[in-house]
Amino acid sequence: METTQHKERIIVPGPAGFLPPSAAQLGVMLPDPGQGLMYGILEPNEEEVIEEMARKMLTSPNATIFPGPLVLWAWNDHAVEKAKAVLEIAAQIPDVLIIPMPDYRPKYPRVDPEEVINPNHPNLTIWGNKIEACIFVGVHCHYANLTLKMIRAGTNCCTMAICAEQGHEDAMLTIRDSDKAKLERVAKVFKRVREQLGIKLPGNGENVRFTGLQSKVHGGKTHANPLAFMPSAGAVSSAAAFGHKPEQMKREA
Amino acid sequence: MSKSLEAEVKTNPQGDPITSMEPEQKTNPQGDPITSVAAPKTDLKKDPHAEAKKQRIVTPEYMFFEAPRTKEFITGSESAKEAVRRSNVDLSIAYPITPQSETMQLIGVLYGEGYVKEYYRGEEEYGVMSAIAGASRAGVRCFTATAGPGTLRGLEPIASWPGHRLPALAMFTCRVVNAPLAIQPDNIEISYLLNCGMIVFHAENQQDLFDFIMKGFIISEQNDVTLPVGVACDGFFVTHARGYVHMQEKGIKLPPREAWRGAVPVLDAENPPARLSRDAPVQKSNFMAYNIHAVWQQEVWAAVERSRKYINQYMGGLLTAENVEGADAILVASGSAAAQSREAIRLCKDKGIQVGLIKIRSLRPFPIPELRQLCAKAKLIVVPEFNYVAWLAKDVAAAIYGYSKAKIVAGPHVYGGMSMPVEMIVDEVTGGLTGKKSGNVPMSAMMGTDVDQAAVAHFMQNI
Repeated sequence: METTQHKERIIVPGPAGFLPPSAAQLGVMLPDPGQGLMYGILEPNEEEVIEEMARKMLTSPNATIFPGPLVLWAWNDHAVEKAKAVLEIAAQIPDVLIIPMPDYRPKYPRVDPEEVINPNHPNLTIWGNKIEACIFVGVHCHYANLTLKMIRAGTNCCTMAICAEQGHEDAMLTIRDSDKAKLERVAKVFKRVREQLGIKLPGNGENVRFTGLQSKVHGGKTHANPLAFMPSAGAVSSAAAFGHKPEQMKREA
Repeated sequence: MSKSLEAEVKTNPQGDPITSMEPEQKTNPQGDPITSVAAPKTDLKKDPHAEAKKQRIVTPEYMFFEAPRTKEFITGSESAKEAVRRSNVDLSIAYPITPQSETMQLIGVLYGEGYVKEYYRGEEEYGVMSAIAGASRAGVRCFTATAGPGTLRGLEPIASWPGHRLPALAMFTCRVVNAPLAIQPDNIEISYLLNCGMIVFHAENQQDLFDFIMKGFIISEQNDVTLPVGVACDGFFVTHARGYVHMQEKGIKLPPREAWRGAVPVLDAENPPARLSRDAPVQKSNFMAYNIHAVWQQEVWAAVERSRKYINQYMGGLLTAENVEGADAILVASGSAAAQSREAIRLCKDKGIQVGLIKIRSLRPFPIPELRQLCAKAKLIVVPEFNYVAWLAKDVAAAIYGYSKAKIVAGPHVYGGMSMPVEMIVDEVTGGLTGKKSGNVPMSAMMGTDVDQAAVAHFMQNI
């Protein structure tokens, strides 16, 4: 079987230039279940993609996780479980930043790009924090696609998308159907790769690096243990208005 | 004085006795006869929605590929109605325009029967298409239909649907665009829809219309697509004429729209992250960098590209090809022109000319790779169309440029609502093969390597 090892990469860290063609225009097609995309090439085994994600996040400067509304907002119990699993992934990456994409509205009069990321100008956040590897998780697909295109066009960041639906062809690395179970599997792969690379976590478990504002609101602390921020199911809001039910967001038994 | 107990025998003017048992004519207080007929007594307990309530949900795969079908001889408008009946539609908004009025009237019947949950008449097409946008954004499955000038009146909101990533299905029963006023079929309006960013299918007949509508809903709502689908047909030829349609039983329907799975969150005016309408309008350029709009357009067309996978999966391809390999000539057609082409092919066969047919089902996305492959060895390609501007021929020529050395005849054309005599198509095939000058298609509308390049340049300047 032909693998990504034998093909020329199509979607690579940029800057790709002024309005480069989208990955779809370049002929990149989304993966089927169990598959992933690695630099625009179909990878039949998504595990390979997850391992490459881990290597990039563990070895690139200012690696960042960008959680979106689908894991930031307590739509239902499953969303809360997914948020916990995202924090488990974060717990495997020393010095990782967590910068939220809380919603998709344009920020005015100006955005604080070092504290939040926004799909209308995500490049500012990448530039402002000198981020060279990042994971998007829990972002609605349209807004993730806008963001990924703009980052590829204007920055040198290696983008990764952990998607609950079909994946994202404009990300350098992407996997699909990511429910709680798959997110937990991603965390385990990250742990394994970290150990293979001989990268150690801080002894006190405080591996997430605060942004400036995060540090201020936490009394000047610079780092935190992500597992200490575990969201609780008690915070679940009235997402029923959106038709969300926990069983609808689950993909694996 | 007592009255006689025996009733007097009444007679008509001829003196014959009137024996009918008709009741005496009633009058209103003014003495005028009351002519209205009282509504027949009905069983008040009968639920008009009873049959609709019994519908069971089946998977799209079962509905499209496995469910038994029976054959009916119905009009295109009726086939659209039957497709909507089985499509679990939440909302349909109507504004009457010929020839779509019958379609939306029939959807109204479905509403009465409970197969469509909401239905109303809009102010006009701009209002209808705007309301469809709001409804789709709120998460429901929407259907509407219009034609000709109605399409153009609604075009601004229609063109905004893809950018808002709104799944919906609009049926365009093509007619001429005014002026002068006419209501005859002519599919010029499709050319206005091709660059909106929506998916556009072109139905040849009543069966296509039935299938494309149902499959259009499912393709439209795929998460990685999340775009409106337009299903066009040639008005009157398809909408008012009858044809055989193979349909599934009425007791099954498609699954409902899963709005929570869309590429954008459903609209909630009160809660983030979808509170766009209450905050800085994403459309307002003051707050938007040009870059986001440019990328947004890229994403819409990327979604159009992604729909190819589902068109292949559910419709069996963006085109169909018949007897193309080794043919002397190929007809490339869509809609009613494909039907006329079939008859032209039969006449050509009688003359000993082997002609293949490529029927384009999906105009957006356009089957570029498929055409390049199928036309690679073609010598003559004829593109008959029911419009003046040759929108299909231009797309075909652009798609295969550099991939085929075929002579391309952008015609014959009929417009203004007339039918296309199949002999016109046969003339272009025979003329194209023998080099005889066409009486219907100007030299400037001939393209390809073996034609007058100056004439082609003239044609290209005029498109």
